[in-house]
Amino acid sequence: MRNIPTLTHRELSTQFYSPIAYIVITIFLVISGIFFISDNFTSGGEASVRDIFGNYMPLILVFILPMLTMRLMSEEYRSGTIETLMTAPVNDAEVILGKFFGAVLFYFVLLASTLVYPIVVSLYGPLDVGLTLSCYVGLMLVGSLYIAVGIFFSSCTRNQVIAVLCSFVLLAVFTFLVHYIGQQQEGVVRVVMQHLSIISHFQDFSRGLVDITHVVFFLSSTCLFLFFAVKILEFRRWR
Amino acid sequence: MIQVNNLTKRYGPSRGIEDVSFNIDRGETGNIIGFLGPNGAGKSTTIRILTCYQPATSGTATVAGHNVFTESLQVRRKIGYLPENAPLYPEMRAREYLDFRAKLHRMSRNDRIAAVGRVTEKCWLGDFIDRPIGQLSKGMRQRVGLADALLHDPEVLFLDEPTIGLDPNQIRETRKLIRELGQRHVVFLSSHILHEVEQLCTHTIIIANGRVLADGSPAELRERISGSSRLIAEIKGGVDETRSAVQGISGVGAVESGEEPDGWSRLSIEANGTGDIREEVFRLVADKGWALRELRHEVASLEDFFIKITAEQRQDAGV
Repeated sequence: MRNIPTLTHRELSTQFYSPIAYIVITIFLVISGIFFISDNFTSGGEASVRDIFGNYMPLILVFILPMLTMRLMSEEYRSGTIETLMTAPVNDAEVILGKFFGAVLFYFVLLASTLVYPIVVSLYGPLDVGLTLSCYVGLMLVGSLYIAVGIFFSSCTRNQVIAVLCSFVLLAVFTFLVHYIGQQQEGVVRVVMQHLSIISHFQDFSRGLVDITHVVFFLSSTCLFLFFAVKILEFRRWR
Repeated sequence: MIQVNNLTKRYGPSRGIEDVSFNIDRGETGNIIGFLGPNGAGKSTTIRILTCYQPATSGTATVAGHNVFTESLQVRRKIGYLPENAPLYPEMRAREYLDFRAKLHRMSRNDRIAAVGRVTEKCWLGDFIDRPIGQLSKGMRQRVGLADALLHDPEVLFLDEPTIGLDPNQIRETRKLIRELGQRHVVFLSSHILHEVEQLCTHTIIIANGRVLADGSPAELRERISGSSRLIAEIKGGVDETRSAVQGISGVGAVESGEEPDGWSRLSIEANGTGDIREEVFRLVADKGWALRELRHEVASLEDFFIKITAEQRQDAGV
């Protein structure tokens, strides 16, 4: 596991070299900024970060994060650098985790740029610091899960387009569709759907509540997808 | 240094390697091993297994004293590998890349600086060490890849087609460098270019269709074919007449003959054993009063051998 910092460092610096990173940052800030303004700067609007962080952010991230993660493994397969990487004294888990932490750190930088919203809100009224913090904790957890899913699909294919589309679909299903079905149904189906829905696990964070069950849900599903990614990487070499 | 026993790798129904075995000890006759075969013969597959990139379907292999399946990390610490086409990260600068690779080999900061300096000098990276790899030409990238493989001073160096896609000058430089490296490391070099292997290598393994066809020093391989070397003679005389006369000489095996358009006969004489029969042929021609305008030994090169065995292989396979 000692190689993880080395791999993370390389991954992070590569993110900043690539134009995709800057495009992603721009798209993210423009979209979240539009939501922020249209929601808060209307007459009678609430001076709160709850809407932007609680309702819109997870949706924006579904589209933004797969774009950051799509090249992580696919690019290594396509260019053949996976061969030099895996013949260095590095194991499969280190490779996946190094890339995961690189992407997560980049995402945290992206999140840090949204600190401007609570600052703006605090100019217009008292800021609920506890709520803001729990929103950030929730967003970090949701983002980590999305990144793990993105890495999993990236490790399945050498084609970045396939990787990004599969991540979109899976994340969209578990963020929007499952939540929607849960609302429409009654009884057991409703309970099951609510447990699977990313949004319903996230909602408590946006109410200022850091519930350990939701933390466990996000951390364990993140680990699950990272584990799958390691297994896929192993499997590809065994073929 | 490298022991391979009955290594088999199957991908689909046909590709891969079948029952490959060879054994290379350090410094028996030198340290550059040529792994020769036509494209698609299984060279890269074998190298990928030996460098621990892919596991084999069956069989065992030991590199630098460690089993490539059970002690993969130990093997990887002792080998350097330059894959075909030298894949690198285009966005990194050469120095950055080498530093990153040295870190993966757990070198301390001072060791890394020293190692990068050493390989920079050895592979002449001086002029472009601080340029992004994406801007480098094919030959430069090849040198960066080679520098990377040398960083941790490996015992065994695997080079997969190191001269492919280079211009003639770069090829000559690369070969010179490989020859130098052979003094210090065991170099395992794959190539489909015959004279490259013939020039560089002290030990040659020929592979085709996933099977090892020959294994030995270039001299040994040449000796194996010199037994069936040929003599070409052009004699002025009837085809049948000259042929039966030549066949009368002791030590002559099969004789093929053909008539040239100008009335000369062209004989291709196969000698049994290794004795030189040119003198006997000359005496015979002189006794008979014929004229002789050509008498030459067809020197068997590694190339003939290579073509012969790969062609035989193809016939056996019924292609």
